[in-house]
Amino acid sequence: MSPLKAFTNGIYKENPIFKLLLGMCPTIAVSLAVSNGIGMGLAATFVLVGSNLIISLLRKFIPSEIRIPCFIVVIATFVTIVDLSMEAYLPQLHQVLGVFVPLIVVNCIILARAEAFASKNGPVASIMDGLGMGLGFTLALVVISLIREPLGTGVIFAAADLGFDGIKLFPAEYAASVVTQPVGGFITLGLLLGLVNLITDKKKDKQG
Amino acid sequence: MRQLLVILFSQAFVNNFMLSRILGTCPFIGVSQQVETATGMSLAVVFVMTVASAITWLVQNFILNPLNMAYLQTVAFILVIAALVQLIEMVIKKSSPSLYRALGIYLPLITTNCAVLGVAIINYQANYNLLESAVSGAAGGLGWALAIILFAAIRERQRLAPIPRAMEGFPIALVTTGLLAMAFLGFSGFDVARFMGL
Repeated sequence: MSPLKAFTNGIYKENPIFKLLLGMCPTIAVSLAVSNGIGMGLAATFVLVGSNLIISLLRKFIPSEIRIPCFIVVIATFVTIVDLSMEAYLPQLHQVLGVFVPLIVVNCIILARAEAFASKNGPVASIMDGLGMGLGFTLALVVISLIREPLGTGVIFAAADLGFDGIKLFPAEYAASVVTQPVGGFITLGLLLGLVNLITDKKKDKQG
Repeated sequence: MRQLLVILFSQAFVNNFMLSRILGTCPFIGVSQQVETATGMSLAVVFVMTVASAITWLVQNFILNPLNMAYLQTVAFILVIAALVQLIEMVIKKSSPSLYRALGIYLPLITTNCAVLGVAIINYQANYNLLESAVSGAAGGLGWALAIILFAAIRERQRLAPIPRAMEGFPIALVTTGLLAMAFLGFSGFDVARFMGL
């Protein structure tokens, strides 16, 4: 597969959230604010690119019987790098994302790409695949946060680490705080997936 | 004793792993087509979460802390959990073929269940001792089990309902989970310690 195709693949055609349905937990838990979504998405992108590169370089040396533990060690190393750097430079974001930063290790997207792509393709294509998948994940998180943040808090684009309080859309007492609860996450993602299906079906009907 | 009851109740209900902390969504939606398979998966999860909580506590306190290698926590925990799941699988296969038949196919899936690594890290952050960690793991597993069994029962009924084509499968499952989470929202802010007279 050409590197460019590997890159664009992850963004829409095989979007990890909307199409492959991988990595639901962080998606729902973190998409309370656009800044959280971007932070989580970029952290996962870094891990994806790093682990895809290393696994692709090592793919001829890793025996296939123990490949999963090997992949996990590589992924966990990159997650540790992200975890410690985020704690140092973006402490408030680290606080908000909490347990979900170390849990990037068990995010199915990363292991799935290592297994399905990086262990079979060269380093350049693997980097592009990691970048595409990571940005696709980030994009999905931003779309969900764009709905949940204003509905739940009345504010949009608030970013505590940058000292930015966000743009006030309406007073907080009119906000439906239930949208920032897990309830809102599950229902928003469910309806968005329904919408994606509807659009895909319409396209298919036109072609067929 | 009371402290353990508080941990049990808050991990299973107030901070339900699935519906309040949002951990373990993939298997929750993937293995909830039937109550029977959901029960099998839940048993495996309760078991692994309890054992993993205890083992990761030992690793943290007897290996990582004395060697000043707390920064290796994520790497160490995930390796221990992966090895543990393999080990449990082998032990069950040898000692109890009938249990293996019931749980066998679910065990390998558990390594990537984020509830297991999640509970290990949550126990560490809450500073639990060995017994408290194990209880917290078991309670977390039981809470997850409660959620998935309730959900599977709803999904069995849902198969007969007329659902718009675009909403079939994942979308409707997520909306249903949302409504279940709303029911569990009733527990939020519930002060377990005060309720038990502590």
